[in-house]
Amino acid sequence: MNSYISLTYGDLLLASIFLLMNAVFSILLSLRLERQLIVSALRMITQLFLVGLVLKTIFTLSSLPLTLLVAAVMVAFAGREIWARQDRRLHGVWGIGLGGTSMLLAGTIVTVFALTTQIQPTPWWSPQFALPLFGMILGNTMTGVSLGLDTLHTALYRERAAIEARLLLGSTRWEAVSAAHQRAVRSGFIPIINSMAATGVVSLPGMMTGQILAGVDPQEAVKYQILITLLIGGATGLGVLAATFASVWRLTDNRERLRLDRLAAPRA
Amino acid sequence: MPALRIDRLVTKLIGPISLEIAAGECLALMGPSGAGKSLLLRAIVDLDPSSGNVMVGMHARNDMPASDWRKRVALVPAESGWWADRVRDHFPAKVDATGLMEKLGLAGSVEWDVARLSSGERQRLALARALCRSPEALLLDEPTASLDERATGFVEDLIRECCGKGMALLLVTHDRRQAERMAKRLLRISNGRIDQPSESVP
Repeated sequence: MNSYISLTYGDLLLASIFLLMNAVFSILLSLRLERQLIVSALRMITQLFLVGLVLKTIFTLSSLPLTLLVAAVMVAFAGREIWARQDRRLHGVWGIGLGGTSMLLAGTIVTVFALTTQIQPTPWWSPQFALPLFGMILGNTMTGVSLGLDTLHTALYRERAAIEARLLLGSTRWEAVSAAHQRAVRSGFIPIINSMAATGVVSLPGMMTGQILAGVDPQEAVKYQILITLLIGGATGLGVLAATFASVWRLTDNRERLRLDRLAAPRA
Repeated sequence: MPALRIDRLVTKLIGPISLEIAAGECLALMGPSGAGKSLLLRAIVDLDPSSGNVMVGMHARNDMPASDWRKRVALVPAESGWWADRVRDHFPAKVDATGLMEKLGLAGSVEWDVARLSSGERQRLALARALCRSPEALLLDEPTASLDERATGFVEDLIRECCGKGMALLLVTHDRRQAERMAKRLLRISNGRIDQPSESVP
């Protein structure tokens, strides 16, 4: 079953009709959205054309250093995103390093595992497989880690009195923060749990939809989607656990103290 | 031999501070707001990093895990935190929480929610919670600040009882008359240092 239909540039132009219509409505109703609408559509088009060009070059060159470089750029953007999504962050280099490293470790372990034992392209790091896979895993792990860290830091700050009350009665730091830590881990897990529960009933995952449109047998597309979703769930969990444990370790010390002085003030 | 000995305690904000409290003695500590009274108490229980040495009996703070130290030296802060909803859940399972709460004038409150208690009742609950772990030294940060006369009486009786059992007490208070009632010695603190010499309360 191979019924892939190639699109022409004329098709794309035709597809933009309704969006352009929205811009006209915006002018007629003075919604003042037309500018933003057109600019963001043009951005989307340029960015995707560029990334298509970049990916095509990388796939043809098929070089390991170049693949690693692209992966590193992806990690850098995701790490910054984790940092930006927290209201209260760790001071200094820990602020971006701790979340970024947790995500990098979890994402790399799971991606390499999937490439070497399940998908097995030749070579195993083949950019056509490695980069999209790493990107999907990284994106979801990033969301989990940033939610987990944000919840943890806010909870430790707000519940300082309760945590110190436990420390004062002789609890260890891990006992004293356990409630806050559990809540942080849960909030990091919830997006992936919700999305797994709704997948196939409420929403058809984008990757699977894309494969089906490209003419792949739906049952084959489903197998790929299940593989990806399992990998994403695993990597998100590992990333959230690593990040929250590391952050508790950083925000307490071996004299069983809460060290909120290592937490930066929130953005204004 | 002193029950609690503090030797050249220094933190980022206060010190050096040295003082001694005998077993069964209650020492009052007074001083203006921001002088470092609460910071001193936090440093003694090792909740804030500090240098210097603190001993309780023969045991040095720096020679034992912090959790063991805090079982010997208890601090009841001016505003305590609560990690569980019910009053009972703040006590170890084997402790007779009911009897202790009765002694503090809070009979029957063990099954209540902490949220239902007034601020004065919570202050007494925090004291009971610390005492049921039988510490050797007790540091109290304004334990009667939001209490009426009758409740203050309950707390002061309990403090006397603790001293009677040989506990060393450090009482931070803003109430000069309370210091006179409870303590034989009074120290004043300002700008993070103890003012010398210490006063004897007549």
